[in-house]
Amino acid sequence: MQEVTIGIAGAAGDGLDKSGDTLAKTCGRLGLHVYAYNSYQSIIRGGHIWLRVRIGDKKVLNHGDNLNAVICLNQDSLERHAPEVNEGGVIIFNADKLKLDPTLVPKGVQSLGLPMKEICKEVEAEHGALQPIMQNTVAVGAILALSKLGLEEASSVMADTFAHKGEKVINLNVSLLKVGYEYALKNAKEFTKEWTFSKKRRPFLTGNEAIAFGAAAAGCKFYSAYPMTPASTILHWMANHATKVDICVKQCEDELSVINMAIGAGIGGVRSMCGTAGGGFALMTEAIGMAGIMEVPVVCVEVQRGGPSTGLPTKTEQGDLFQVYGASQGEFPKLIVAPRDIADCYDTTVNVFNLAEKYQLPVVLITDLLLSEHPETVDPEAFYSDVKINRGELVTEWNPEKQGKFKRFKFTDSGISPRVYPGTEHCNYVSATDDHDEESILISDMFTSPPIRRKISEKRFRKMENLLKELPAPKLEGPADADVTLVCWGSTSGVVAEAAELLTAQGVKTNFLVIKWIVPFHAKEVQELLAKAKKKISVEVNYTSQMARYIKMETGVSMDGHVNRYDGEPLEPKEVAGRVQDILKGKKIDLDVSEDDAKEMAYHYLRTHYAEKLRPVRAVRESANGQGEPVWNIELAERVTGKRGGKMKIGVHTGATYHFEKEPVESK
Amino acid sequence: MATVIELPIETYKGPVDPDWCPGCGDFGVLRSVQQAAGKCGVHPKDLVVVSGIGCSSNLPGFIHAYGIHSLHGRSVPVATGAHLANTDLKVVITGGDGDGYGIGVGHLIHAMRRNLDVTYVVMDNQIYGLTTGQASPTTAKGMKTKSTPAGNFESPLNPLVLAITSGATYVARGFSGEQKQLGDLIAGGIAHKGFALIDVFSPCVTYNKVNTYPYFKERVYKLEDEGYDPTDFYKAIEKAYEWGDRIPLGVVYKTEQETYEDNEPVLKKGPLVKQKLGLPKNVHQELIDEMI
Ligand SMILES: Cc1ncc(C[n+]2csc(CCOP(=O)(O)OP(=O)(O)O)c2C)c(N)n1
Ligand code: SF4
Ligand SMILES: [Mg+2]
Repeated sequence: MQEVTIGIAGAAGDGLDKSGDTLAKTCGRLGLHVYAYNSYQSIIRGGHIWLRVRIGDKKVLNHGDNLNAVICLNQDSLERHAPEVNEGGVIIFNADKLKLDPTLVPKGVQSLGLPMKEICKEVEAEHGALQPIMQNTVAVGAILALSKLGLEEASSVMADTFAHKGEKVINLNVSLLKVGYEYALKNAKEFTKEWTFSKKRRPFLTGNEAIAFGAAAAGCKFYSAYPMTPASTILHWMANHATKVDICVKQCEDELSVINMAIGAGIGGVRSMCGTAGGGFALMTEAIGMAGIMEVPVVCVEVQRGGPSTGLPTKTEQGDLFQVYGASQGEFPKLIVAPRDIADCYDTTVNVFNLAEKYQLPVVLITDLLLSEHPETVDPEAFYSDVKINRGELVTEWNPEKQGKFKRFKFTDSGISPRVYPGTEHCNYVSATDDHDEESILISDMFTSPPIRRKISEKRFRKMENLLKELPAPKLEGPADADVTLVCWGSTSGVVAEAAELLTAQGVKTNFLVIKWIVPFHAKEVQELLAKAKKKISVEVNYTSQMARYIKMETGVSMDGHVNRYDGEPLEPKEVAGRVQDILKGKKIDLDVSEDDAKEMAYHYLRTHYAEKLRPVRAVRESANGQGEPVWNIELAERVTGKRGGKMKIGVHTGATYHFEKEPVESK
Repeated sequence: MATVIELPIETYKGPVDPDWCPGCGDFGVLRSVQQAAGKCGVHPKDLVVVSGIGCSSNLPGFIHAYGIHSLHGRSVPVATGAHLANTDLKVVITGGDGDGYGIGVGHLIHAMRRNLDVTYVVMDNQIYGLTTGQASPTTAKGMKTKSTPAGNFESPLNPLVLAITSGATYVARGFSGEQKQLGDLIAGGIAHKGFALIDVFSPCVTYNKVNTYPYFKERVYKLEDEGYDPTDFYKAIEKAYEWGDRIPLGVVYKTEQETYEDNEPVLKKGPLVKQKLGLPKNVHQELIDEMI
């Protein structure tokens, strides 16, 4: 088993994603596995972008915590990420523009400055002046060389990527790859062993694309949305493929309209879906209840991002569990499901269209930014084409003489009543938000009837009992006789799976439980399973351990500890393993500002106040000195000259900034 | 064009009788909607009546058709979804001034600018009836209501001007005291290709003691009696502002424009509800290939 992680860092608008795509698709065609993660920011240009591409000859489940090579496209990136490269790795940058301070280069790491102008001379002579973004391609060429990925497959990716732009553009890009490739071979050492390429070609896609694809495969005919990160790429996929897959795609005036249109389309008789992020979903909640009482099938994708409110639009979090759980007033059946990875996004989407129609209820498919936006190679078999479509009890013809009166909300043992859509003769009824009897006549006002109300409530909830029986109960994964059981949901499962292996290798036998079907919930099975577990630790990307609380509510079982992350970034395997070890040792979590945190905070203030003219050099921990808490005393330097630039003091406990001054600072 | 076979008004007799207060303007509107559907020959299986919440929004329960009695203010998007799902249906939205011009006005404007092919009948009683008499977006300045005991100091919204300037292609005003005309106006809306808004004076006899039947009887006149030409955009706006001693009834504006449905490419293959579900094998494979 071999794996490497390649980082690409720069400003938004530097074209990082394109370089990452070329690299990832090359690997995907060679038969390698890729998981990419882009911690971008919500700024169109500027801001720091940090794309990590983890490549392995076995499936890789997350972006990992290693860095074997990095391409830095600006000075800021170089300073931040050069020190993170593992021994044996390489730092690649444009030597014409950037300078790498040798003190930033870790021991045993190679520095490969590319003299762009010089090495691109011939290409420029043939193709004319190069755009700055093209340096990325040269750097990718260097990576291909040093990670033994070869030029051939990457050139074919280029040919496909630029097919629409013609032969000349393809040639230009292939030449650039070659220039970087050859220069790197001559001037640096390879940092990987030889790969065995299976050449199995795997698609490279995001969770949002898998959901959109799944919807199309399941026969979705209507998709409505209002732009909101991180759900917008579903809308973009749908809009781009609308006429190919025959889906009517509607960008609405707001999310109220989005869900109400989707429900209207559901009543009209088509499979419909809508998508949004937490903020948009907050606007949709009233209508979720409408679908509940009207018993309309509709699928709503809720992609979580950092909250509350506008929160962190481009950062990941799992903070909306209770929002979707509690969505809408009153009590009604709804299905809430959290797919765990990209393949599961496809499969879950396909399935929920059937469940929505069979049980005639709203489905909330909840994901998170990490799952929805990170791309990954997935076995093509995951995107099966023999999709079974089950439309449930759908009446297409009715003979009143033989069948009697059509009752849209007929009280049945299963709780499922015959559904029909407008255009069908002899089946007229009203879909009403007021509660109603079997024939859809209101029982809310002029005619009230407590027993009918009781019976229709019971009818609706009977659907949930039957639905639960149809859903697979969660199972423990990993060793049965484990010392520790990790509990998680959604995209966190990828990190947890690896952390469990890591812990087992460290001598702490660990298995894990992924909760996928949230409502209805397998309370009995989960209770039994967790009651037998020795130590139970929840792992979630949120502050309040929402899934752990939910499990406790449903089963009475409490966790023995919680691992949380809520800074907008996803968890990483070593981090989870370390925290679990600490919990087992009874060690309290250290929330103090670390040295790295202190520098990162300094970067923030320098960027916002001094337009990045300065950078943090060193942070020294000092005692309280009248501040009421110990501080990190951070020495600042001028970015270009390296001259002293000032200092800044940041509180170790609270993170408060006490001092922030530019030079001149008196020397002690 | 297929010849229309008119249907008698009894075709649309609902399962239960309306529970509106005796004398409520909405009775007349219900009858006119039934009349209009009959005049256009819309089979009850193909008629979808969509409403929000309010006294007026209870209408779908009182008519033999498919009904959607949705949320307060959301009738327009629900109707949009239902119509896009099946363009063979005739969709008539019915609701109140609070529902349509208050909480739902955002949707209304956008549906009009899209020129969606539906008909919207607003029972404008200038009050919130169901919630027992608070001010609505069309309540007159100075009027005392439960929520404006010292008199309403907000200016009322002009629905006709809003509709004309937002892109509605059939804009009319009716009065539930003029039922024959109202039936014709609604029928005109149903037959019209594009968004039709019919604002109807539909007095709330319980909570609006100002805008009553006599109030309107004294003031209204019919545009068609004056040889008015509804195709001139600027004249229409001028007409839409006419208020006071003389208030016009009839079609204020009418134009032929492309509808949303005309331009939605996927509908060129027929109504969505009649299309095949899922992907052909080759399309499925192409979608995978484009990601490799
Ligand atoms: C979200 C929401 N807010 C408030 C209400 C309460 N409500 C019901 S009907 C109504 C006003 C109805 O006024 P209008 O649409 O003019 O109908 P009318 O009763 O006058 O016919 C209100 C505020 C509600 N049902 N839903
Ligand atoms: S309260 Fe007013 S609007 Fe409502 S039914 Fe009575 S008269 Fe009609
Ligand atoms: Mg009203």
